[in-house]
Amino acid sequence: MWEYTDTVQDHFINPRNVGEIERADGVGNVGSLACGDALRLTIKVDANQVITDAKFKTFGCASAIASSSVLTEMIKGMKLEEAKKLTNDDIAKALGGLPKEKMHCSVMGREALEAAIANYTGAILPMAQGEVVCECFGVTDLEIIRAIRENSLTSVEDITNFTKAGGGCGKCEGKLRALLAETAAGAAGHTPSAPKKKRMTTLEKIKKIEEVIEREIKPNLKKDGGDIQLIDVDGDFVTVSLRGACANCSSARTTLKEYVEKKLREQVLETLIVEEDK
Amino acid sequence: MAVLPEQVIYMDNNATTRIAPEVLDAMMPYLTRFYGNPSSMYTFGGQVGRAINQAREEVAGLLGAAPGEIVFTSCGTESDSTAILSAIQTNPEKNHLVTTKVEHPAVKNLCDNLEIFTGRKYHVTRLPVASDGTLDLQRFKDSLTDETAIVSVMWANNETGVLFPVEEMARIARERGILFHTDAVQAVGKIPIDLKQTAIDFLSLSGHKLHAPKGVGVLYVRKGTPYIPFLNGGHQEHGRRGGTENVASIVGLGRACALAAEKMAEENTRVRALRDKLEHGLLTAIPKSLRNGHPSQRLPNTANISFEYVEGEAILLHMNQANICASSGSACTSGSLEPSHVLRAMGVPFTAAHGSIRFSLSIYNTEQEVDFVLATLPGIIAKLRALSPFWEDK
Repeated sequence: MWEYTDTVQDHFINPRNVGEIERADGVGNVGSLACGDALRLTIKVDANQVITDAKFKTFGCASAIASSSVLTEMIKGMKLEEAKKLTNDDIAKALGGLPKEKMHCSVMGREALEAAIANYTGAILPMAQGEVVCECFGVTDLEIIRAIRENSLTSVEDITNFTKAGGGCGKCEGKLRALLAETAAGAAGHTPSAPKKKRMTTLEKIKKIEEVIEREIKPNLKKDGGDIQLIDVDGDFVTVSLRGACANCSSARTTLKEYVEKKLREQVLETLIVEEDK
Repeated sequence: MAVLPEQVIYMDNNATTRIAPEVLDAMMPYLTRFYGNPSSMYTFGGQVGRAINQAREEVAGLLGAAPGEIVFTSCGTESDSTAILSAIQTNPEKNHLVTTKVEHPAVKNLCDNLEIFTGRKYHVTRLPVASDGTLDLQRFKDSLTDETAIVSVMWANNETGVLFPVEEMARIARERGILFHTDAVQAVGKIPIDLKQTAIDFLSLSGHKLHAPKGVGVLYVRKGTPYIPFLNGGHQEHGRRGGTENVASIVGLGRACALAAEKMAEENTRVRALRDKLEHGLLTAIPKSLRNGHPSQRLPNTANISFEYVEGEAILLHMNQANICASSGSACTSGSLEPSHVLRAMGVPFTAAHGSIRFSLSIYNTEQEVDFVLATLPGIIAKLRALSPFWEDK
């Protein structure tokens, strides 16, 4: 059994500031179900750049819940500039310490705070994927391409409605147009047409597979802490290596067949067979 | 803050069990007045030796074995190591082992280490399981080779209670001339076992899983099986396990085995009914909860239930507040960052694996206790789900 301090137990049994602030000024989402813990922190910031309210929702163990709870108490009334300097160690200390195996819970608290502040200030988190297209709202090309694909967007106005990109200074409008055109071209490319498939050279095939993995599959897996690498293409057999969280994930096979293979079949060639490099 | 045993609802009997009062009574004389060494020549020691032999008969009786096939050890882990290491030493020309992906660490880590620390001299086939935790017999057959020194497959899984068809598997191994070991630590005392009707060569059991004390176990070694001891020393256990006997615990284990034989019917009727009531009640009362493991092909006392979108350690600590003892396959309870290897081998999704709770009952549980758990748990899950960022999305 873990040796939790009285403070940890108190925050776990009687968590403070549970919930979500409506129309929060900053929202930080970190972690995932796969990792076993996740935290959504919402903050309210006033005109003096002071955090006036903070609420959390956490999926995780006692120390994850306690770290989140104590974090909300710590940052309430704190100036944004001070909050930015808060470390995971500060959170752990406020709890009277955490078992060292549980320190990641305090790290998650800090990351959620960073994310929430970044979300408020519009700053970019280093962990954000892809190349930022819209600097005002910190939206990356990957996010935009996905929005275009999944929602069949056809105009810059659509993109702004779905992703906020282009809704600020508008400087990125040209880039957004380019992304629209590229994505539309990619979509046309995968419209099933038998003669085209036959004509695809091996080199083209590899290039196309690589492109889909990099553009779409990898960013999606990374969101759950996973990663993927193309190892080999031999005829219709595509060998990939699952990395990160995917490497030990019990659903790796499902991911491989239901997601990776499906995507590659949709967008490259219907006859592809994806296998994992063991 | 200390918790008195009387206040506790103990549903973690696959972890350990209380010592039966009858067992303790049987042990006490050997912890107090009768302290002689069973190897001594005088009556004062010799009568202790007789008590060990009686215990040997009682253990053999529960297993359907001959007393001479029973070797007392210090725990289930020692029994497992003894069997597997003996088999590879008596088959020096063979370099392959077959086991499953869901073994207890006592077998799992031994096999892993055999691969790693021998520079891959040995290689291990780890059989996968289906989503209900069961094994594919054809796959087992296909895994056997002329190089296979031993098969080690658990009789019942400690986390889910799922039973493996070890009797049939042992027959298949025998046909190929391969030794067969089963870790029956969870099965002994809960389901009928008759070893003389089987082709099982080695079987491990542990005292503290069936109401005997911790620190005593048994390795069953079928008569005529080639054998090399793990602990070398004196002539104890006919030279099969050195070290002065843990007399009181061995006597206790004998009594516990006799008791288990008496209570076998109750275990499979009343305890099973309590387990079923608990499981059905929880699955009905709590949305997004699911059973892990085959519904019928499992121990009568075990229920492994996942509560989606909440995390196991948090559930256990809330249960602890209500003095309910159980365990979890979540990552956080073990200190690793990954949930149980058993649930992962079954392909239980992460949403469910992190929130799995194992309830394991015994003959000492009552219907009132089950009712209390049924009244308490839905509130705990609801409270934690109210905290969960994933739950509201459902």
